[in-house]
Amino acid sequence: MAEPVAVGDPMLPKVAEVVARRRELADTWTIELVTEAQGLLAFRPGQFNMLYAFGVGEAAISVSGDPAGADRLIHTIRDVGKVSAALAGLKPGARLGVRGPFGSAWPVEAAVGQDVVVMAGGLGLAPLRPALYRLLAERQRFGRIALLYGTRSPSDILYAKELARWRAQLDLQLEVTVDHAGTDWHGHVGVVTSLLPRVVFDPARTVALLCGPEVMMRFGALALQDLGVAPGAIHLSLERHMKCALGHCGRCQFGSQFVCKDGPVASFAKVGRLLTIKEL
Amino acid sequence: METHGLQEILSGHRFFADLDPALCALVAGCGRNVRFEAGDYLFHEGEPADRFFLLRHGRVAFEVTAPGRGPLRFLTVGEGEVVGVSWLVPPYRWNYDAKALETIRAIALDAKCLRDKCEADHHLGYELMKRFVPELVRRLHATRLQMFDVYGQHG
Ligand SMILES: Cc1cc2nc3c(=O)[nH]c(=O)nc-3n(C[C@H](O)[C@H](O)[C@H](O)COP(=O)(O)OP(=O)(O)OC[C@H]3O[C@@H](n4cnc5c(N)ncnc54)[C@H](O)[C@@H]3O)c2cc1C
Ligand code: FES
Repeated sequence: MAEPVAVGDPMLPKVAEVVARRRELADTWTIELVTEAQGLLAFRPGQFNMLYAFGVGEAAISVSGDPAGADRLIHTIRDVGKVSAALAGLKPGARLGVRGPFGSAWPVEAAVGQDVVVMAGGLGLAPLRPALYRLLAERQRFGRIALLYGTRSPSDILYAKELARWRAQLDLQLEVTVDHAGTDWHGHVGVVTSLLPRVVFDPARTVALLCGPEVMMRFGALALQDLGVAPGAIHLSLERHMKCALGHCGRCQFGSQFVCKDGPVASFAKVGRLLTIKEL
Repeated sequence: METHGLQEILSGHRFFADLDPALCALVAGCGRNVRFEAGDYLFHEGEPADRFFLLRHGRVAFEVTAPGRGPLRFLTVGEGEVVGVSWLVPPYRWNYDAKALETIRAIALDAKCLRDKCEADHHLGYELMKRFVPELVRRLHATRLQMFDVYGQHG
């Protein structure tokens, strides 16, 4: 199926309004947007929008809500700089510009009948959440599902309430680990790949979806490959600075590809080698 | 009898899988079953590293105390994993605290006993190295990633 693409002039932002805003972590907020503009609400898991904070600038932000029957756009934003701070700071009633949806999607359909390992790191859980919604909504179509989530410390666990709800679900293997913790944390401490032996999946028939810091994805993909998952069945979401999001300006070039158009989701078979080239 | 039972447990443990039965018997001669309750310490930083543990059940947290910050947990390990590598290299001293998070069942192996056996039988020593070195490399690599703070600002 072709990815939904921006309707109308893809360089022209459409106006949306913030109707809800939630603090997720100390520096991370989720905003919910409504818009009357055509085509913005139809997206596939893994795709992103260019959000424009008027007078400040534009940033690529993944959609983090459920694609099914969505009547609002949901984005989770970490305040790391000028634009993301402006976007994360938008309160209900505020308006912003939106272009999208852009980019490739998680291969949820290709995972039907297969085991699925979802490996998320830090804020990387946000772009994976739409895929998780789909996997769980149609649970019976997939084999075993494992969600492995690693983050910095217990206070950096994104969507903690949702994770707690998913943990109660008996047909989802969910493991969370942190890099370091105080003694009040009774969960795992260690890198996210250390969770792999704790979950059951058949590497020969597994599709893996990874999103997080690039170093984490690289080592996560290698660990999965070492266990026997085919590189072509391991999918990562790449992140590069973006401008046009249309494959025109070259800002997001990654080897011979453009992350905005050929990505952000790409298979490890395709991009694995490129990830080790420092200049890219 | 105990040694025989231990040998069976050892050969079924992930860490000693595929170890030659004769060598396994030698290792078992240095071991005994131990149990800890949640909250017990397997050892403390600074104490002599005179044994190590193969976990059969339960999870253990490794902690260091940073001045002004209280104890910091930097790793948890569980069933099938090993607790303690400092027994391998002088000065044979623990560098962190190991605390039971749950009821722990483990095999404790006497370090001096095993080191002496490795000295007398280098084949046994080499088999142990083949098991410990990958573990050390894995932990070093993981520690490096944790130090990078990969989930920080740019995560
Ligand atoms: C496909 C895609 C999806 C994304 N999804 C999300 C999302 O769901 N939520 C979210 O919060 N962010 C997401 N981002 C990242 C977001 O686009 C950037 O954080 C944002 O552009 C930063 O802009 P700024 O002006 O706030 O920061 P700047 O002032 O531009 O930068 C602040 C610091 O962050 C670094 N930085 C900025 N952008 C990036 C980047 N893209 N990659 C690595 N480092 C960067 C800069 O080098 C600088 O040190 C996504 C990026 C891409 C490419
Ligand atoms: S952002 Fe312009 S080519 Fe990708």
